[in-house]
Amino acid sequence: MATDTQLDLWEVFIQGKSGGHHMHAGSVHASDKEMALKNARDLYTRRSEGGSIWVVPSSAIISSAPDDAAMLFDPANDKIYRHPTFYVIPEGAKQI
Amino acid sequence: MGSKEQLFKYLLRLGDNALIQGHRLSEWCSRGPILEEDIALSNLALDNIGRAQAFLQYASEVEGNGHTADDLAYRRSERQYLNFLITELPTGNFAYTITKQLFIAQYDVILFEALCKSTDTTIAGIAAKAIKEARYHASHASDWCLRLGMGTALSHDLLQNEINDIWMFTGEMFEMTELDKDLVQFGISPDLTILQNIWLDKVGSVLIKSGIQLPGQGYQQTGSQQGIHTEHLGHILSEMQYLQRAYPDATW
Repeated sequence: MATDTQLDLWEVFIQGKSGGHHMHAGSVHASDKEMALKNARDLYTRRSEGGSIWVVPSSAIISSAPDDAAMLFDPANDKIYRHPTFYVIPEGAKQI
Repeated sequence: MGSKEQLFKYLLRLGDNALIQGHRLSEWCSRGPILEEDIALSNLALDNIGRAQAFLQYASEVEGNGHTADDLAYRRSERQYLNFLITELPTGNFAYTITKQLFIAQYDVILFEALCKSTDTTIAGIAAKAIKEARYHASHASDWCLRLGMGTALSHDLLQNEINDIWMFTGEMFEMTELDKDLVQFGISPDLTILQNIWLDKVGSVLIKSGIQLPGQGYQQTGSQQGIHTEHLGHILSEMQYLQRAYPDATW
């Protein structure tokens, strides 16, 4: 794999509209947090995608190991009662 | 109200500054130091070209002889352009571009703040939209000045050199021509001598924080408001106007 020589990597999260979740949009290179924020603004909000941006150093993110996937996630497979499908959504409610 | 000719000439200055500065910034497209900065500089270019369109559109309405904004942008000769000399200086290295951006964007911020209160409501409207972009441009340039100034010995020296070289093109932005004196009377444009002090404060504080020495006043270049430009403008126009010259009224 080629060595990445283009400054540090940051993960970008964009909030589409006020009150919504910040969703992962992608990543940017930057040497500091102000540059990361500006680069994220220039790359990911060119078409009015967002109203708020978070940037996080990619190195601060810990991910689960693929080898642990069975241990971590399979036990949920036979517990359908955890899905909120047994409720009747009241008429007129857009989301619960 | 000033005369139609005066307003037209002032709008050409505002439009041409944005047009030529936008063209220079667009030269960074695909040549930026990293992908992110390449896109950032292209965004700044687009902001400027959009602003040029707004001012030249209004200029064509004021002129009222059937010219369009495109005619004004692409079919005048060098002596008819009224952009400040600083906007036509070559792209140069990254520190050179950032220096130009710092000087011009800080100028735009205080100019548009003042123009928001212009008695000409169309100018005030365009300024109210442009001020948001200009603030971002100034913030982008200030951040980079800090990084270059406080970065390595090489980046510091490059920035100091470019600041010293370009300083002689800043005085022109604050010259009170006969046109300015007249338009100030009607409340259309602001008194540039007041703006100059604010600009010196703002630019000075960025440069001091960046460890850069402010050049003394020294000799200042002038001429653009009489249509007398540097050799660089002709080269820009030959490229920028090529399509309109080769294929007049081309559409697609």
